[in-house]
Amino acid sequence: MTGTIVKAINVHKKFAGREVLRGVDLEVRNGEVLCILGPSGSGKSTLLRCLNHLESVDDGVVWIDGQIIGYVLRDGTLKELPARKVRRQQREIGMVFQHFNLFPHMTALENVIEGPVTVRKEPRASAIARAEKLLASVGLAERRDAYPAQLSGGQKQRVAIARALAMNPKVMLFDEPTSALDPELVGEVLDVMRELAASGTTMIVVTHEIGFAREVADRVAVMVDGEIREMGPPAEVLANPTDARVRSFLARVLA
Amino acid sequence: MALEAAAGSQRVEVEALRQRSYKIVRLRHPGRWLAGAVVLALLALLVQAFAHGQIQWKLVGQFLTADVILRGFGITLLISALAMLLGLSLGTTFAIMRLSANPVTRFVAWLYVWIFRGTPVLLQLLVWFNIALVFPRIIIPGVFEGRTVDIVTPFIAALLGLGINEGAYMTEVVRGGINSVDHGQTEAANTLGMSRFQTLRRIILPQAMRLIVPVLGNSAIGMLKTSSLAAAISCTEMLNAAQQVYFVNGAVIELLFVCAIWYLAATTVLSIGQYFIEKRYGKGTSQARSRSSFKLPFGLGSAGTPALEKAQ
Repeated sequence: MTGTIVKAINVHKKFAGREVLRGVDLEVRNGEVLCILGPSGSGKSTLLRCLNHLESVDDGVVWIDGQIIGYVLRDGTLKELPARKVRRQQREIGMVFQHFNLFPHMTALENVIEGPVTVRKEPRASAIARAEKLLASVGLAERRDAYPAQLSGGQKQRVAIARALAMNPKVMLFDEPTSALDPELVGEVLDVMRELAASGTTMIVVTHEIGFAREVADRVAVMVDGEIREMGPPAEVLANPTDARVRSFLARVLA
Repeated sequence: MALEAAAGSQRVEVEALRQRSYKIVRLRHPGRWLAGAVVLALLALLVQAFAHGQIQWKLVGQFLTADVILRGFGITLLISALAMLLGLSLGTTFAIMRLSANPVTRFVAWLYVWIFRGTPVLLQLLVWFNIALVFPRIIIPGVFEGRTVDIVTPFIAALLGLGINEGAYMTEVVRGGINSVDHGQTEAANTLGMSRFQTLRRIILPQAMRLIVPVLGNSAIGMLKTSSLAAAISCTEMLNAAQQVYFVNGAVIELLFVCAIWYLAATTVLSIGQYFIEKRYGKGTSQARSRSSFKLPFGLGSAGTPALEKAQ
């Protein structure tokens, strides 16, 4: 149960010549909650998107559950996998986006069953039964037939979480899940994530919510300029950061 | 003291305002009435001129339901529908090719649009009509062999000419529709593990439809009218049928009016159908629903009639 589920070694990423990630190492154990903090532009979201191959890495390797993501290692070279095989890996990794990215032409329920029915070929009836349970668990049982345009931001994000969970992912990635929400709606999404963490789901959360990180995370990582400068239990990292840049960042956000 | 008095009188006035309500006199628009009257008078003159002109209205009534015209109208509808279908399938195919990562398929799709959008549709119809001059026989080894003139009848030539031409326009329309869908939708589909084809069919195209359908309605109306060009390659659609009749009986304007009435009837039905299809594809976006207003003839139901918009 305490095995490593996510492992990244020496991940590099460049956008138009600018180094966004400069050699990031990461290891997340099964059931662990890792919060990634850091100033905007520090590469947090890019790192997350490299973990599920929404961005391909320029150097380094990412393993999810022992499998290299996006490549196969043969004779000392990494060979790109065909799209079909990449999708097969990606469906084991749940992702929640800052801007929800719900399918606007489908109801909440249809959004949640889309993956299981279309991708996993699960029978519609059983997918619906599971989706109803998932929607109930995020507190939206009665909004199952609402379209995203009829939901508030917080409700949309909770549907998006249910949609990702419907694929029974091995790990859940959250890319600033509350940054696009009105302040009064942040709490309902964090509550759902808190329950998720308590249920033993492995989570990697890029966030600006320091309070959530302190309370829920097993470890926090602070990124600055494309590097993880500090990583450890929240009590240690948030209270006594050793790196100067991390200290000034935390001083600003904790003020 | 004076100040207090002023405040006091002001309070009295506010009380008075609260007590009573005022009658509002709407601004009059005599200019509108005048303009309306002038336009109506001109219209009346026009109607009167046609009513007393050299037109045998009885003939219009007679030929409106004549067999030969109705059969022609049927062919017009059939050609328009089939050519639209061909155009839409070609358009979707080439749009996907234009967005492909493969530079060869991208170039071929570009070439298709360049040629068929860049030449007159009448010319294209004539080329298909005369294609037997280039390929006297059509041979698929072991499967099929025949004379081109037997296969590419005027009807088939019209269908190919109109459909392939429409496809070139549709390519651009579908491409625009696909491009309008937020990239986050593709990413969300990827993270669920959906294949490229599944993403296109389940996520992208249904959303692109919202942009495509309104254009599609206009294209269908355009196609219905453009199909009359097939008369030039002796395809017996409605206009050609009408011409054949008036070459014999000389009632030129009467028969042209008969055609006009049928074209108007068909385009009216299409615009009504377009309204309902747009409503269906506006699903899930409240803005799209309230924005698409049904355009009745005479411009009723468009901007300026809030009652109708609310009724939707």
